Amino acid sequence: MADLHTLRRKTINAVMLGVTGLCTLLAAGTLVFILGYLFVHGASSLTLDFFTKLPTPVGESGGGMANAIVGSGKLLLLAMGVGVPIGFLGGVYLAEFGGTTFSFVIRYVTDLLNGVPSIVIGIFAYTLIVLPQKHFSTLAGGLGLGVMMIPIAVRSSEEFLRAVPNSLREGAMALGASKARSILTVVIPAAKNGIMTGIMLNLARVAGETAPLLFTSFGNRYWSPGWEQPISALPVMIFTYAISPYEDWHKQAWAAGFVLLTLVLIVNIFARAVLSSKKHVAR
Amino acid sequence: MDASKPLPDTACKLSAADLNFYYGSFQALKGISMEIFANQVTAFIGPSGCGKSTFLRTLNRMNETIRGSLAEGKILLDGVNILEQEVAYVRRRVGMVFQRSNPFPKSIFDNIAYGPRINGTVPNRAALREKVEQSLHRAALWDEVKDKLNQSAYGLSGGQQQRLCIARALAVDPEVLLLDEPCSALDPIATAKIEDLIFQLKDSCTIVIVTHNMQQAARVADHTGFFLLGRLIEFDSTAVIFKNPAKKETEDYVTGRFG
Repeated sequence: MADLHTLRRKTINAVMLGVTGLCTLLAAGTLVFILGYLFVHGASSLTLDFFTKLPTPVGESGGGMANAIVGSGKLLLLAMGVGVPIGFLGGVYLAEFGGTTFSFVIRYVTDLLNGVPSIVIGIFAYTLIVLPQKHFSTLAGGLGLGVMMIPIAVRSSEEFLRAVPNSLREGAMALGASKARSILTVVIPAAKNGIMTGIMLNLARVAGETAPLLFTSFGNRYWSPGWEQPISALPVMIFTYAISPYEDWHKQAWAAGFVLLTLVLIVNIFARAVLSSKKHVAR
Repeated sequence: MDASKPLPDTACKLSAADLNFYYGSFQALKGISMEIFANQVTAFIGPSGCGKSTFLRTLNRMNETIRGSLAEGKILLDGVNILEQEVAYVRRRVGMVFQRSNPFPKSIFDNIAYGPRINGTVPNRAALREKVEQSLHRAALWDEVKDKLNQSAYGLSGGQQQRLCIARALAVDPEVLLLDEPCSALDPIATAKIEDLIFQLKDSCTIVIVTHNMQQAARVADHTGFFLLGRLIEFDSTAVIFKNPAKKETEDYVTGRFG
């Protein structure tokens, strides 16, 4: 009887261990699979031209996505200009100054904003900038991505500021620092690495967003000087090229996917490195 | 309650007059009046929750950072009520060291330089270096850290970190130094170093220390106050409190019958 019990127990253990292990492998393997698949299909288009040339007209082979790479960069720069100050300062308010009721409402609202579908954010930017101006623009796309960054920027900044021990705030104030001064000179520097990591991960997330760009920055087959014209971005290029009927466009879409994913991965890994490379570690 | 008599050669530096303190509706301090003498060490003893730390933290208005707190009465520093003065000014004159050492996540140098920098009390970099060195000397830490001023303060041992916090407080040249159970997290050797330091420091400032350790109060303090349930039960010279207390509660506590 006891043996049967043990056997049953051991069998269940083995099965469950196998199932959880398999799921773990699947979860981690998906990334490897996607990366490999993108590489296999896009490798032939991954030439120097891809990074330095403009797209070629339909029917003409070759060309690259230099404008989309630069475009994504410009859009992300704008997004940071919108999302980082609002998110960071909002996080400072919540962590350091907020009361209970008002903060609860703000947190709740930011969580809701985080759940708003990206296409809706796109419509918001479209209504706010594209409609009045009557043309698509880099500005509108940057605003859309920036709004998408706000909720996570607020919450991650708040969390990392909250993780700073209160004894540091007290220590600064006991030396004659005002509350604002202690936040600026002690609390924020102590949370700096975490906050920067949060921003980088956030940036990596919106770098792949397509929906908010579809009717804001729209896309462009040429360079887009300044901030007032439609501009190309990697995710939008992937979308456009992938649904096109041309074989070499498909290949370029794979390549663009590979480049985008690699950039996001690099930012992610860099962010983790920043987080773990603390010079002065608080206990 | 006011059994304290100033010793002939000392002046009153800091005093409380009928001080009440509330955390919301809870009254943590009830009618505290006492005089703390210049260049002496005054210890507060009493069981947990008796109000001794609360009282210490009202002496430089650190308790104000707690939401819903309220202080009533007067705290006079050189005869002027600090409750009506600018708070940063009060905290520069009345420094504080906390129970758990709380060095900033900065280098040893920047920790000590923090107070002089934010208060703008040093004119230039050379003067700042001098101030840092002087403060570390005063806290008996210079010899141990002089070669690693640019390293993180977190690399120091617990006792060194606490002396670093004392040096950081001293760098602002406080007239009064409040120590809130400064040795409670330290081993006996580190504790002995801090106690030695307290002896040296009382020449240049007035020291108030909260301690759970009665032997420590007996060793370092000139005067001792016994707190119970938010009241100052007895305040007298340390010798009287430990050998011949006037109140029964005091005697029960110092002889270990409760607490």
